[in-house]
Amino acid sequence: MSENSFHRRFFEGKAAIFAIAMTVSVLIGGLVEILPMFTAKLGPERADWVSPYTPLEVAGRDIYIREGCYHCHSQMIRPMRAEVLRYGEWTRAAEYAYDHPFLLGSRRIGPDLQRIGGKYPDAWHYEHMRDPRSTSPGSVMPAYPWLLEWKVDAEDITKSVRALSRAGVPYSESDIAGVGASMQAQARGIVQSLAGSGINIDWDREIVALTAYLQRLGVEGRRALADRGSTP
Amino acid sequence: MNETKYDDLIVKQFFTATVVWGVVGMLVGVILALQLAWFPANLQIPYLTFGRLRPLHTNAVIFAFGGNLIFTGIYYSMQRLLKTRMFNDGLSRFHFWGWQLIIVSAAITFPLGMTQSKEYAELIWPIDIAITVVWVVFAVNFFGTIAIRKVQHLYVAIWFYMSFVLTIAVLHIVNSLAVPATWFRSYPIYAGLVDGLVQWWYGHNAVGFFLTTPFLGLMYYFLPKAADRPIYSYRLSIVHFWALIFLYIWAGPHHLLFSALPEWAQTLGMVFSVILLAPSWGGMLNGLLTLKGAWHKLRSDPVIKFMVVAVSFYGMSTFEGPMMSIRAVNGLAHYTNWVIGHVHSGALGWNGMIGFAMLYWLLPRLWNKPIWRPGWVTSHFWLGTIGIVLYTVAMWAAGLTEGVQWRALNEVGQLKYPVFLDVVRMLRPFYWMRLVGGTMFLAGAIMMMINFFKTIGGPDSAAETASTPQAA
Repeated sequence: MSENSFHRRFFEGKAAIFAIAMTVSVLIGGLVEILPMFTAKLGPERADWVSPYTPLEVAGRDIYIREGCYHCHSQMIRPMRAEVLRYGEWTRAAEYAYDHPFLLGSRRIGPDLQRIGGKYPDAWHYEHMRDPRSTSPGSVMPAYPWLLEWKVDAEDITKSVRALSRAGVPYSESDIAGVGASMQAQARGIVQSLAGSGINIDWDREIVALTAYLQRLGVEGRRALADRGSTP
Repeated sequence: MNETKYDDLIVKQFFTATVVWGVVGMLVGVILALQLAWFPANLQIPYLTFGRLRPLHTNAVIFAFGGNLIFTGIYYSMQRLLKTRMFNDGLSRFHFWGWQLIIVSAAITFPLGMTQSKEYAELIWPIDIAITVVWVVFAVNFFGTIAIRKVQHLYVAIWFYMSFVLTIAVLHIVNSLAVPATWFRSYPIYAGLVDGLVQWWYGHNAVGFFLTTPFLGLMYYFLPKAADRPIYSYRLSIVHFWALIFLYIWAGPHHLLFSALPEWAQTLGMVFSVILLAPSWGGMLNGLLTLKGAWHKLRSDPVIKFMVVAVSFYGMSTFEGPMMSIRAVNGLAHYTNWVIGHVHSGALGWNGMIGFAMLYWLLPRLWNKPIWRPGWVTSHFWLGTIGIVLYTVAMWAAGLTEGVQWRALNEVGQLKYPVFLDVVRMLRPFYWMRLVGGTMFLAGAIMMMINFFKTIGGPDSAAETASTPQAA
């Protein structure tokens, strides 16, 4: 191409025009793919199959994020025979309705957790976090003994719930005001079930919140699918 | 040539940061590899577990090593290509120290478990704002320099740098929109799969516009310099530049294949990923064909060795990527170590090797000193190359094992390995092999660091310059 080609004169000679043309070319793909997601027809299904996370589950989800669990565990079961056999019903878009942020994960160093809820008793999760090898021989997961010691803070979780409500999760003002009471009430149930397995722990330990989060994963979605008589 | 009119101090600063952060980021990678092969390496210390160190590794190698490397190359080459000093030295300093401060804050917050959880966008919101400020300062300096340029037309490297500066700004801001809960925690304004799509639009194009276009810009400047040959085809560079930046952005949804994201979006992601092969290979061919008539240098010049391996790995991983985006292949590869291998053949093979080539080419020129141990450059090359091969082969083997065994069914149609851990156990030898490969790559980088500090602390070049391997 000659020294006087159109590209040279028009773009390379005029940096501003070049920059604008470049930005426009880059924006097109993103706009075409992302904008329709906010419309009911083209975007992922918005039906609310699931209820918002309870404050204790929010606390558990915060811990899940803090410890980086999503680096090794996905939350997305693909519509394939082997996946459905291993993990249960494949994941529907509506099940993520209140997931800020999404936690689909990109790697399965450990198994998928989309439908881990209800699969094991609470005591299993307690033992598994304390020493993963005690429940899962050969596991490469680190132990998380500090979850048995560290405490959740109702005031801190109130801030999380308020921020989530601003991001669009339907928590009422009374939900936000009652975060502490709600956390304690739900935690008591887990504490009792752990006591039944001979494990005594205070309600405000992080392991209780994390267990609450894990035990609800995929449960409502599974129920909604069963109600609709859906088959894999 | 009046070299003194250029600000080379900023180039040296970014150069030094690149060398140091590169070793840090790769060292964390080796620790992670060890933790997967041998879990006690997590040490039962909260701040050092795999889940908290992984974002430290990815961010350190991408933004600290890769970022500083890109800035080194941009500040060096754009002043020379535009025949002018940078627009404003104060902005250059602010960019440098701001960027290092962001890296240090990342190194503190990640072990503390402060994260937004979106891959390669994990930094907490106050740091996200700091990134935006530093980026805007860099952009003003960058475009200011273009505005005061002393040559009329913009060389192809500058186009690629421009697409980097502009696109990263857009991606970072849109993906980081979040509602703060505390100073250290926030929640994105998007939910579920929309959040996932925005994230992978960002994530894939961080690969595209952080690890690809600026590095192609570096290739377009430093490869012809090192080979002492003009770029093979100007026309090809125009076509592949526009095609690459237009097509890349569509490919994000290939990270969400088989999810409940609408089918049309998944299909767009797959189709555009496959088409992307063409402009990617356009760049590879333009790089390799530039060496026409200079191939004899491959035997003697380690800089050319690094470059040829880098561009070849670029070609290989941009072939592998589109293949992995095809639904059927993705069904096998997704969630497995194959993806990790793919990332590293790009990051170590392409970004790492072209980066090392640039650093070794620049070192004697910037400091005007002969390289302390020229032989170590070649040793680094072989350590790095063999390391990458071991790494990639181990991850292919591990990934295929996972992909095949997770879905293996017995004769009555039930899972052959219903216990997930059975497959985990099969991976152990591959994890050790990967650790060996990664350690070799790190060892090469450490040799480079030692060579670097010894060189800049050594005597100036006088007549000695002729003995440096890069003297062309």
